[in-house]
Amino acid sequence: MSRQHLRIGAGAGFAGDRWEPAAELVERGDIDVLVFECLAERTIARETLARLRGEGPGYNPKLEARLNAVLETCAAKGIRIVSNMGAAAPLAAAHAACTIAAELNVADFSCAVLIGDDVREQLTARPELTLLESGEPLENILGRMASANAYLGADGVAEALASDALMVMTGRVADPSLFVGPLLHSFNWSYEDYDKLAQATAAGHLLECAGQVTGGYFADPGMQDVADLARLGFPFADITPDGEVTIGKLAEAGGRVDRATCSQQLLYEIDDPTAYITPDCVLDMSNISFAETALDRVQVSGAKATPRTPSYKVSVGYFDGYLGEGQLSYGGPNAVARARLAGEIVEERLALRGFSFDDLRIDLIGLNSLHGPDPSRPEPYEVRLRVAGRTDNRKAAEAVGWEVAALYTNGPAGGAGDFSNVREILAVQSVLLARELVSTRVELVRKP
Amino acid sequence: MNTATTSITVRDLAHARAGDKGARVNISVIAYDSAGYERLLRELSEARVLEAFTTLAHGPVRRYTLPNLLALNFVIENVRGGSVTTTAALDIHGKSLSGLMLAIPLFGNAPKG
Repeated sequence: MSRQHLRIGAGAGFAGDRWEPAAELVERGDIDVLVFECLAERTIARETLARLRGEGPGYNPKLEARLNAVLETCAAKGIRIVSNMGAAAPLAAAHAACTIAAELNVADFSCAVLIGDDVREQLTARPELTLLESGEPLENILGRMASANAYLGADGVAEALASDALMVMTGRVADPSLFVGPLLHSFNWSYEDYDKLAQATAAGHLLECAGQVTGGYFADPGMQDVADLARLGFPFADITPDGEVTIGKLAEAGGRVDRATCSQQLLYEIDDPTAYITPDCVLDMSNISFAETALDRVQVSGAKATPRTPSYKVSVGYFDGYLGEGQLSYGGPNAVARARLAGEIVEERLALRGFSFDDLRIDLIGLNSLHGPDPSRPEPYEVRLRVAGRTDNRKAAEAVGWEVAALYTNGPAGGAGDFSNVREILAVQSVLLARELVSTRVELVRKP
Repeated sequence: MNTATTSITVRDLAHARAGDKGARVNISVIAYDSAGYERLLRELSEARVLEAFTTLAHGPVRRYTLPNLLALNFVIENVRGGSVTTTAALDIHGKSLSGLMLAIPLFGNAPKG
């Protein structure tokens, strides 16, 4: 390789993302590394639950589809793959990847697995830890804990890349660290070089939601148009050994990369922009600037960082009751009044049956379900009643949708299109766990 | 006084994206140009945003300024209904709240002179 920079492509931005853009990047994007970021806050808890109940493998259900789309090309070109699709079962996911490689006749495939993010044992032994969100002791939810995973850093990813494996599979790793890891490995950066870690973390944060920096979640027709959004492409970043970063996309792919899309994504899910805490560093983005150097190319500069904190953030998933939901639509003259009456009837009937809820919401979709009530808004032609109740009592949760459906013959005129659902709530809170209590290792899984 | 006739909304000056962090939501407001940024700096205060979100969140609201990006980042605390993982709301993440931010009217400062 004669070129200086490393080109890292983003192949997914959430568990259920499209995979055509990843195939496009490996085929025509000239990338060195492909990162599939597929773990939202609750995903591990959900996958843990699926595995416990025999309803799923514990890793990302789209692993096979994604690898089928890219693996042969990655193997032929030597493009390395890094992914947190391992979710609650990274070892099982690595074995599945090897099986897929065998089916595709990919020679010499192996998968390096980063193990150690599952810290349920450590937490069980430390009930006195404080939950960051509620301020309560961890003890209050330990009995209902479904999963506990530390956000591991780029050092573990780099260690896994030091193997000869084409693919690195992880469970919980901080999203930007999935991108910082390949840079640490390829450029042999010191894990104490905070200027470079800062630029790399900024790049990782810009890439981690994939299409959200190439024009996804951006279009507002007439005000902010995005060309060919249906064929939205995913981004890549070119990073030099000195830490210069340029974000881009393929010319033939849909979307746009410019100051506007980069600014929106930089601030996405950010609290204090001077202190974005990752396992690798504390990023200060307040002096970052973007320069449009060519069409769909944005240079990122000015990221700074201070040293990493002495603890890992741990996401704790736990069972927290049920959410019962029912919906029914009303249209035409006086639709809003009929829908309101329907909601009042459901509330009264649930009370008459003796059910109570921690939270019972009655919304009119089309009027107030997203941004709350505002009497100055005009009444819509049609609205959709939505009743949602949160409770520890499964029967109460089931009654919500049942009472909404009963409105057909027992409620106001003209209700139509019922929907009901009950789901178990997997809540998430966080604790901080001292780094020395978390030990990681890399295990190599080879094609059978 | 002619300020009433020059009323515009945030959407005329900026674009926005919302993200969630548990029971708090962050909304970036990014101006199209520096004149728009200056006006937002003057008018889109923490108090103005809290007022617009009063039926949805208890607050407080924190505002961060990023002049390089012509951007403001608002962090709104104590969104009603609890955190993203337990709320009964339709929009559990608060991701649609960028729309409410863009709808905030701006009335302009007191006329000069």
